[in-house]
Amino acid sequence: MTPADTLRFATRAATAWPLRTALMMLAMSIGVAAVVVLTALGDGARRYVVNEFSALGASLLIVLPGRTETGGVNAGSFVSSTPRELTNADAAALLRLSLVQRVAPLAVGNAEIAVGGRLREATVVGTSADFLELRGLEIGQGSFLPREDFNRASAVAVIGDTLRSELFPGQGAVGRMIRVGDTRLRVIGVLAPSGRGLGMTTDELVLVPVATAQAMFDTSGLFRIFVEARGREALPGAQRQVEERLRARRDGELDFTVITQDAVLGTFDRILGALTLGVAGIAAISLAVAGILVMNVILVAVTQRTAEIGLLKALGARAGTIRAAFLAEAALLSVAGALAGFALGHVGAWGVRLAFPELPAWPPDWAVVAALATALGTGVLFGVLPARRAARLDPVQALSRR
Amino acid sequence: MAQIELEHIDRIFKLGDSEVHALRDITLRIEAGEYVAVMGPSGSGKSTLLNLLGLLDRPNAGAYRLEGRDVTTLSADEQAAVRSARIGFVFQSFHLVPRLSAAENIGLPLVLAGVPAAERAPRVARALQDFGLEGRARHRPDELSGGQRQRVAIARATIMRPAMLLADEPTGNLDRATGHEVTALLEALNAAGTTLIVVTHDPAMGERARRRILMEDGAIRQELQAAAAAPEAPGSGSTAPPP
Ligand SMILES: Nc1ncnc2c1ncn2[C@@H]1O[C@H](COP(=O)(O)OP(=O)(O)O)[C@@H](O)[C@H]1O
Ligand SMILES: [Mg+2]
Repeated sequence: MTPADTLRFATRAATAWPLRTALMMLAMSIGVAAVVVLTALGDGARRYVVNEFSALGASLLIVLPGRTETGGVNAGSFVSSTPRELTNADAAALLRLSLVQRVAPLAVGNAEIAVGGRLREATVVGTSADFLELRGLEIGQGSFLPREDFNRASAVAVIGDTLRSELFPGQGAVGRMIRVGDTRLRVIGVLAPSGRGLGMTTDELVLVPVATAQAMFDTSGLFRIFVEARGREALPGAQRQVEERLRARRDGELDFTVITQDAVLGTFDRILGALTLGVAGIAAISLAVAGILVMNVILVAVTQRTAEIGLLKALGARAGTIRAAFLAEAALLSVAGALAGFALGHVGAWGVRLAFPELPAWPPDWAVVAALATALGTGVLFGVLPARRAARLDPVQALSRR
Repeated sequence: MAQIELEHIDRIFKLGDSEVHALRDITLRIEAGEYVAVMGPSGSGKSTLLNLLGLLDRPNAGAYRLEGRDVTTLSADEQAAVRSARIGFVFQSFHLVPRLSAAENIGLPLVLAGVPAAERAPRVARALQDFGLEGRARHRPDELSGGQRQRVAIARATIMRPAMLLADEPTGNLDRATGHEVTALLEALNAAGTTLIVVTHDPAMGERARRRILMEDGAIRQELQAAAAAPEAPGSGSTAPPP
């Protein structure tokens, strides 16, 4: 039998039992669609986070108090206790390094914001003028924090756009006074809306000079220091300079950690990539289940068409011809199911993107290729057994079956 | 050299502990172009003999030479090739593929033999015409009468121009008139030179064959050669065209 005839014969056989074929395709397509949608979600989350962090700038160094062994980020980087604090003086010292362009110290806490009768809980970030450029933020009204000594606790604040609309509905905020904790501050600027729906947003932040925040929260230490090198190429040199300078300032002790943006990104990339892979793996299990279903469908087909197989043999069909015909049928069902699932998965991913516009939920190419290949592979693999059984049937006995 | 030469053929089916001797020591020669009826009570081994002749089954002992070639030692695929080229089967229950049209059923042996579609079409069209099925080409088996179904089956059995036709009770599922029609069709093919071996219960049909083999309990009990049979039929063994 020529390949074209084998395919035609298999197609006729598959379409002769439409319900069975449809159910079979449904199972296969659900498996493939699951892989496509879940990897789209996983990879979308990964890309979203990576983009979000990239917004911080590519030549960023982050200095954390405490020591973690690897250069990368692990749980310890975020919770390590502070052996010796990072101080404003440390931050100021870093600003004088040749390869460093910007420095923004960070002191963070929660406080109650009050304007007139209105009360609201908000995150207060103590930082410096460089923070604006460092984070790629834009000022909507007024001006950002003044460029001044890190130890100067000016009584000013810049607020996020959401806070502005909640605290000063329908009126200008710049120049007004707010109370943050026990401290009265003058609003000198409002950030432009950040326009992001998920994750970190600056719309609900109160930004104050770092010394102001430290006085508010009664601390002299810093949560971390953001350092921007003079360009991406200067990053390794800047990291070395930062480490040397800080070490010198603390009697040669290395009780702080300098990580790069790349390390943070790389870690998130790896974690979320692994997550996507795991999700894809779980979805692929449904493909294996579909494969077993293919096997059963073809086994039923072989039983149902036993007399036909006997006839084909009587008409001179070789064992290989019969094997090929049933394998082609299995492959056909798998491919059709996989393609349907592919379409279904893309519709699903489109739905996800519609529901969460900020999530770039596109299935990665590797997942699509892997899903289609797995579908075809399992279909054919699980088709082999019934196909061989068909080819081995004894023609006389097969013919006597009605 | 006879077309078919069976020597001391035994076929034994094992069912658990018991053995069924379906064929015992069958020795038989059939010349090309002969018309042979195999008769006998149910269970006497007629179908087993026919399956063996058609290379669908292998003997437990004995030799089978087809056109001078020992075919019992051939591999399964080699036997399939012989079936495809030399042997046509007609069954009592027609054995048409239900989802395929009459034309597709007739063309099936060509498809299996890998004959290209362009070459198949005219041969199938010709066969449809020869067997009076022109108007039925696109009909599926369930849309055909019993006689039409068997004609499709015969057209299918002869589309590869085999040297021999094996028919196992071809009229068994047909009414009397239709049975006669089908018998006449098979006899016409035999008259054109094809060896015809028919298993039948019907004495009337058996009477028509020039040679009758009577089986009983797996053995040949009696052979009748109708010496003066059918003078109008030209196709005797010696005058049949070579395969
Ligand atoms: N596959 C088989 N397994 C066991 N016994 C069989 C098988 N095929 C045929 N037989 C037995 O062989 C004998 C001859 O059968 P068969 O050739 O079909 O008879 P007939 O066609 O003359 O009615 C019967 O006794 C039958 O039961
Ligand atoms: Mg029988």
